[in-house]
Amino acid sequence: MNQAAINQAEPLVPMNKVYRKRLFRHRVGIAMSVFAMSLGLAVLAWILITLVINGFSALSVNMFTESTPAPGSEGGGLANAIFGSFMIVGLSTLISTPIGILAGMYLAEYGNENKLAAVTRFVTDIMLSAPSIVIGMFVWAAYVATTKHYSGYAGSIALALIAVPVVVRTTDNMLRLVPSSLLEAAFALGAPRWKVAMTVRLRAVKAGVITGVLLAVARISGETAPLLFTALNNQFFSKDMNGPMANLPVVIYGFAMSPYDNWRELAWGGALLVTFSVLALNIISRTMFSQKIPN
Amino acid sequence: MEWDPVNDEYGAMIAIVGTLATSGIALLIAFPVSFGIALFLTEICPASLRRPLGTAVELLAGVPSIIYGMWGLFVFAPLFGDYVQPFLKSTLGVLPIIGPFFSGPTMGIGILTAALILAVMIIPFISSVMRDVFEIVPAVLKESAYGLGCTRWEVVRKIVLPYTKTGVVGGVMLGLGRALGETMAVTFVIGNANKLSFSLFAAGNSIASTLANEFAESDTVLHTSSLFALALILFVITFIVLSAAKLMLVGMSRKEGVK
Repeated sequence: MNQAAINQAEPLVPMNKVYRKRLFRHRVGIAMSVFAMSLGLAVLAWILITLVINGFSALSVNMFTESTPAPGSEGGGLANAIFGSFMIVGLSTLISTPIGILAGMYLAEYGNENKLAAVTRFVTDIMLSAPSIVIGMFVWAAYVATTKHYSGYAGSIALALIAVPVVVRTTDNMLRLVPSSLLEAAFALGAPRWKVAMTVRLRAVKAGVITGVLLAVARISGETAPLLFTALNNQFFSKDMNGPMANLPVVIYGFAMSPYDNWRELAWGGALLVTFSVLALNIISRTMFSQKIPN
Repeated sequence: MEWDPVNDEYGAMIAIVGTLATSGIALLIAFPVSFGIALFLTEICPASLRRPLGTAVELLAGVPSIIYGMWGLFVFAPLFGDYVQPFLKSTLGVLPIIGPFFSGPTMGIGILTAALILAVMIIPFISSVMRDVFEIVPAVLKESAYGLGCTRWEVVRKIVLPYTKTGVVGGVMLGLGRALGETMAVTFVIGNANKLSFSLFAAGNSIASTLANEFAESDTVLHTSSLFALALILFVITFIVLSAAKLMLVGMSRKEGVK
């Protein structure tokens, strides 16, 4: 039904009491709906404006070149935290992408035929919304407690556990959009199943799968809770993934609660940086997907 | 009952009540707002604005939870404590039964603030599920209602909502699952006090915030184990809620198949 027809549905002349009452309810309902929408947009704008106002003054070259300051000292930057975040998120992307894509392909290929796939799909959906702090504690128990030290690797593993379900879900959904005629054409040419899955089906929805990976990266870039007990924090610049590593979310958390003005300013700067990168990733991946809908 | 690490006493009551209270209130606020947003995006919004506005709402879900925490603590809570809480205290606070909920010092942070921040965080999840299920209502049904002279509001209330009931409840449960496990934002604004209080203005604690605050500092074996037990409780609760949500949404997509 088109919009003009819907607009016509509202009678032009309210005739009697009952009619007027119904029309009144309709107007109140619609007004509430518009109000709800503007409330949502207002909060988003409010948060972004807060970040820009508070964070902009911290944005400087120093923020990217200097490490986090010691208590009480002046200046300082977030170089070690930015580098640490890149390393941890990068490694977890490397871990989660192949696992996620392969699992997604498995679900799409065999998902309608067996119980294991049904269970996998169910658990994946649950893990998609599982409390991230519990995942952090799981990695602490499984990895940190056995190696007896906090490490960047542990942080990467925790984040990978969060990213995998996102990748699996989008890959599965995307692959299921591929029309069966395309697959049948490939089968008719004598291609084996693995070849059809890898070179025809997956390739047809490449953009969608990349979207899933980007969304996963966006999701884990801002995660704080799972890093608290895994990567911990490090006041110094460290390239050693096997030791505690500074990372943006945890530094922001620590600095925001601190009594030092320059620390809090850095926290806002970091918050601005994280939020806008995450939102940019979100927007990029969404527009990429809109360009590519397999026919 | 009592959570007191110094004396090795670990009762989960306060944290569990805090988690359920914040999530419950968040849901009460988020549900009508999400419904309004979904209604706006599916029925009212001009087609050309549908995508950008939909994306904007979904970006709310993309904002990292620690940012909600900072915004909540440094921007929202002071305003809330200075203006909104005194107002609530002088209006709702004097009513008989619900009065005690809105009493006590107006500090800005506390259970109610945490619930409000949680509400903002789960709105995008609930509204996007609602939008998806609203879109599968067969056009024939809606057109029949319009043909009988229904207003748009009546079509939504009496045709769309009953038809998508399972899906809507599924979406709400999904939001609840999110709210229960949310950590950082809650840790910032809930106040982190191990007290049980009737007042929604009072500082409290949730399971997730207790974990975030105490886990790194737990030194006795019993303390660590208790925190793991808390984590297990949280995981079991969210697992049940999310499973229910999933089952309802599966039922909804079956309906889509037979239309």
